[in-house]
Amino acid sequence: MSQELLLNLSIVILVLPLVGFTLMIFFGKRLPRQGDWLETSIIATALILAVTVLYQKMMLYPHETLALNFTWVDFHDVPGIGPMKIVLGFGIDNLAAIMLVVVTLISTLVHFFSIGYMQGDIRYSRYFAYLGIFSFSMLMIVLADNLFMLYVGWELVGLSSYLLIGHWYEKQSASNAAMKAFIVNRVGDIGFFIGIMILFANFHTFNLQEIFEAIHSGRIPFNSESWLTAAGILIFCGAIGKSAQFPLHVWLPDAMEGPTPVSALIHAATMVAAGVYLVARTFPMMTADALMLIAYIGAITAFISATIAIAQNDIKKVLAYSTISQLGYMVMGLGVGAYTAGFFHLVTHAMFKAGLFLGSGSVIHGMHHALHHQHDHHTDPQDIRNMGGLKSKMPVTYWTFLIYTLAISGVPLTSGFMSKDSILAGTLAFGSLTGQYLIPIIGFFVAGLTAFYMFRLVILTFYGEHKDAHRAEHLHESPKIMTVPLMILAALSFFIFYSSNPLDAANGWISKALERPESVVPASVAAASTEVFEEEHHHAHNTAMMLSLLVAGIGIAIAFAMYHWKKISADKIAETFSGPHKFLLNKWGFDDLYMGVVVNGTLAMTNMWKWFDNTIIDGAVNGAGSITKVTSFVSGKFDSIVIDGLVNLSAYLSGFSGLVLRKFQTGKVQTYIVFVVFSVMAFYFAFRLL
Amino acid sequence: MNSFFSAFFAWLPNVQLAHFLIVSAVLFSLGLYGIMTRRNAILVLMGVELVLNAANINFIAFSRYGGANLDGQAAAVFVIILAAAEAAVALAIVLNIYHRFQTVNVDEISNLKE
Amino acid sequence: MQLMGIGVLTWLTFLPVLGMVLVLLIPKDQKDAIRWSSLIVTLIQLLLSIGIFMKFDRGMAGINSEAGMQFVEKATWIDIKSIAWFGRIHIDYFVGIDGLSVTMVILTALISAVAILSAWNIEKSVKGYFALFLLLDAGMMGVFVSLDFFLFYIFWEVMLLPMYFLIGIWGGARREYAAIKFFLYTLFGSVLMLLAMIALYFSVNVYIDANGVIYSVTEAMKHGLDGLEKMYTFNMLAMMDPGNYVPGSLLAGAHTSMRYLAYVALFIGFAIKIPCFPFHTWLPDAHVEAPTAISVILAGVLLKMGTYGLLRISFPIFPDAMVHYSWMLALLGVISMVYGALVAMAQTDFKKLIAYSSISHMGVVTLGMASMNTQGITGAVFQMFNHGTITAMLFLIVGVIYDRAHTRGLNEFGGLMNQMPKYSGIMVVAFFAALGLPGLSGFISEAFALLGSFQTFRVLTMIAAVTIVITAGYMLWTLQRVFLGQLPEKWKGLTDMNTREAIMLWPLALIVIFLGIYPSPILDMMNTSLNALAGILDQARHATTMMGMN
Repeated sequence: MSQELLLNLSIVILVLPLVGFTLMIFFGKRLPRQGDWLETSIIATALILAVTVLYQKMMLYPHETLALNFTWVDFHDVPGIGPMKIVLGFGIDNLAAIMLVVVTLISTLVHFFSIGYMQGDIRYSRYFAYLGIFSFSMLMIVLADNLFMLYVGWELVGLSSYLLIGHWYEKQSASNAAMKAFIVNRVGDIGFFIGIMILFANFHTFNLQEIFEAIHSGRIPFNSESWLTAAGILIFCGAIGKSAQFPLHVWLPDAMEGPTPVSALIHAATMVAAGVYLVARTFPMMTADALMLIAYIGAITAFISATIAIAQNDIKKVLAYSTISQLGYMVMGLGVGAYTAGFFHLVTHAMFKAGLFLGSGSVIHGMHHALHHQHDHHTDPQDIRNMGGLKSKMPVTYWTFLIYTLAISGVPLTSGFMSKDSILAGTLAFGSLTGQYLIPIIGFFVAGLTAFYMFRLVILTFYGEHKDAHRAEHLHESPKIMTVPLMILAALSFFIFYSSNPLDAANGWISKALERPESVVPASVAAASTEVFEEEHHHAHNTAMMLSLLVAGIGIAIAFAMYHWKKISADKIAETFSGPHKFLLNKWGFDDLYMGVVVNGTLAMTNMWKWFDNTIIDGAVNGAGSITKVTSFVSGKFDSIVIDGLVNLSAYLSGFSGLVLRKFQTGKVQTYIVFVVFSVMAFYFAFRLL
Repeated sequence: MNSFFSAFFAWLPNVQLAHFLIVSAVLFSLGLYGIMTRRNAILVLMGVELVLNAANINFIAFSRYGGANLDGQAAAVFVIILAAAEAAVALAIVLNIYHRFQTVNVDEISNLKE
Repeated sequence: MQLMGIGVLTWLTFLPVLGMVLVLLIPKDQKDAIRWSSLIVTLIQLLLSIGIFMKFDRGMAGINSEAGMQFVEKATWIDIKSIAWFGRIHIDYFVGIDGLSVTMVILTALISAVAILSAWNIEKSVKGYFALFLLLDAGMMGVFVSLDFFLFYIFWEVMLLPMYFLIGIWGGARREYAAIKFFLYTLFGSVLMLLAMIALYFSVNVYIDANGVIYSVTEAMKHGLDGLEKMYTFNMLAMMDPGNYVPGSLLAGAHTSMRYLAYVALFIGFAIKIPCFPFHTWLPDAHVEAPTAISVILAGVLLKMGTYGLLRISFPIFPDAMVHYSWMLALLGVISMVYGALVAMAQTDFKKLIAYSSISHMGVVTLGMASMNTQGITGAVFQMFNHGTITAMLFLIVGVIYDRAHTRGLNEFGGLMNQMPKYSGIMVVAFFAALGLPGLSGFISEAFALLGSFQTFRVLTMIAAVTIVITAGYMLWTLQRVFLGQLPEKWKGLTDMNTREAIMLWPLALIVIFLGIYPSPILDMMNTSLNALAGILDQARHATTMMGMN
């Protein structure tokens, strides 16, 4: 296949879901079966094409980056800069090709699963339409070879996430969660956008390859290495939001308000992994400092959420925190420099975590139906304390769920074992290269915690007796349309799809395809080079494998001891350490803190500014009006009293004198003659005397 | 006192210009007085006649003692004619006033005042 | 482009006046005839503007060169040969458009037609309403096509009066207060503008020959002064040429305090219209009281006059003062953005919320302009266009719900999504466009404005970026309060959008979506002109740095 054909195929893959979305939005309700077949077949076609693209890419162009660029906006001859164009485009490298398949694969399985899970939903066609727009925007992130389109896709997945979390928007909690997800993500996006601005202001392009080349040639933002680090960290801020890293991880657990297949697709496998994908994409321009921060953020996230997951009782919440924790793992992996391992974990995690969510969906589906049968609307179908004994009732769900759990816990022969092990080896290498041993310590500790809480979940859900014997009679396995995707994902959780050696991924095709790109930043601020790192990584491999097996084993053992064999009483521990337990149950208090400080603070501030606006600013305007009014009143009075008074006074004076003088005007000639005579005499004497 | 009268009577037969002027002045004053004080319009007119005749005396006296021609007499004749005409018109007016206002009292006829 | 021997811009401007006369001739009880004739007039106007869009030459710059202006019409309007010490007064009827104004002309025609549709259900003295509306339309169009400051000023004032009556008669409960506030506030700005205009008039001279042809000083020197007469001028393009300034006159030179003063006076005049913090308080009152169509016009077109005035007049005439004060402009832009968004969040009145969001969005325009580079100014002008369409949609949306429920209290609603699905679909487009979602036009303009301003003002732009979150916050919160959740019992009877409402909203929505994906049709139109404008500013900036000022 020629490069053009491959590119065109991938554009078709991108556009197909959008076409589906448009059709579904306008005609969905009128189609037979509300159009679920339409959207599902579209995404299945996309999957087939994606597999073709991946295969052809690997076979024919294993090292090239295929790019298709077009001028989107032409600024022509910009003063001070010269000709400037905004060129957008699609790029397919191995990273993108693999992601294409991952996204379309999970999306397809989720579509099939949803047909069963969402049966009879009030907005059934709308739901599939939203899945379509999600697939489109996620694929846009994957295919973008520039930051602009990446950002566009980034925001659009945010939108689809908003729409899907809020699918049941009649529930206050659902619409709150949707809003929270969008807004928290946007907080991260501020950083992302500022990062883009820094790069664009200096390089006048969004194209990642051109940016890398520019940096490589020594042109760094604002001629300062700290700006380069800042740009890297700011772009990573976007990943903090989208991949739910500390401190913006709070939205993801709430996002579980959405339908469970959505959680599987968006909030476990693909969208949240976009942050990791972004870091992988921008990896070459990250400085050592930026990578260090990324590694620590990842480690902290992994640790915090793993601890929270221990104390949660909602099946989806446990999985949500486990997702955050695993995302922290990937970010940490990238941060320490284990690029391949981090991304590999993204792929394997996408498979088994999607499976876990779909499995939990199957469980909730079963519970929901049983409760519905009993006319019980108070029992929470998602609370693991209400479950137990589902192993015999839902065998397919149980077995697949167990496989996923083994994978996430890092048990050999699973995909999770390989990828996790590789990340842990990376952290060890990082520790020995930089002396930051805290990160590998956290890494191994979290690996143990993960094994523990995941088996806690499995045991409480599937083992023992069901909590309500009556309800147990109504529990049964989900339909084929839901269990088949579970089986496919379970199969994909085995090592064989990724590497022929179950203990080492290093020779697998993914690792071969995803070689760590060389850093482009100036040597003075760069992290350890690929060669040095790979060397250390290789050395650390066996140690990491042993240690991770050990911690996973301990975690699983404790879980069984506490919840299955009841050797250790979990309640007793919770009682003894009631403070820490509450702290964990309360999710480290992040929600309360953000609610109390950020949200209420903002609201208080908005009210304050509203008051300021109404009272001070508008007050000044109205005040100016009032002052003018008072002034005009005063000058009006001045006018009517003083100025007009003078006029009236002169009139009054002349009137008064008239009154006096009119006495002399008798109208009688005789009187006048008297006046004349006397006047003449008076004049005579007057002149005489003078 | 006696000396005054004796001097006066001594002076009196010697009629000269001053005598005429004195008579004229007395007549003028009487006329003016009449004009000023009388309320009856007819009496006011009579006062006017007196003033006119005082003027006539002055004309003739100055003519007799001052000039060589008869200018004064001529003027006096004009005045007499004019006085006659004036009297005729004025009396006619007074008669009309009387018809209109049933009075010839000038104080009451004040329609021109306002 | 001429129609019946009269230039298309004159048609555009005076067609509504003809329409007004027509409306006045129709008996007042023939309400439908009045409505239809007004609509037809604005539709013809829209068609003409589409014609302009087609014929517009994308390669001509305009801004400060008359040769670069398109559809120019120039005729002597007032010519008094000699008045004692005043000299000759010669004012041209001079209209023309370039890349800067063409978008505004199209926007005005579009929004006017939509607003007429939205005013269909006005029942109170229909005749007066539509007559005044058409007069307003003419005034707005005139402002955007005038190239003579005097003409510009007249149109600027012509538009005030109908606005005053439209708010004052057809408005809500506090309409008199709002109308008077609007009128006085704008008039206050106009006075400052008038002062600056007169100062400019007496500082700029050109030569005129016996046939009334105007020569700039440079041209006249080339041509020889024989048969030329010197005179003052209101011609904006002449004011942009530093060579035309009378040596020793009030505004001659560069970076003098008088020039700064004149710039500030002009700026305040325009800032009131934008409205820029702290001159913004007339806007919420006017919007809340104004009837829907007038809010649409007010937000859609009127506010742009302020920013348009800055770009058309202040920047090219006072590039030195602009460079000197650019940081202040940027600061006010950022304050408007953040402050407007924060205050919007605290509102409980739907219309007031959108009014404050307008302030916030117009802050983007101010910030983009202050950047003094092509990206920023392009973002600003494009944002003017997009804000016109998006905010018009938002006000129409409020109008639709207000017509049915007779209240605008955000907290009184809920769950309308299920009750009015078509309406909600449009609303989602408008809300997400307003919060800057990529794929919709608002994002592109905001992104360019910020990208441009970051080049000039790093810290300010970073602060401005915070608005991304606040805007999302209040928009989504509003969406949640009005459209999501449970439907209160009392709104069970609300009906969905009718055809008329759909016809007025869908074109705007399609434009918003289309330009969000492919903005080039609009951007190409203005690009050459904005490069020229940025060139003027760039030159001034270099001159300033060389002088060691700033």
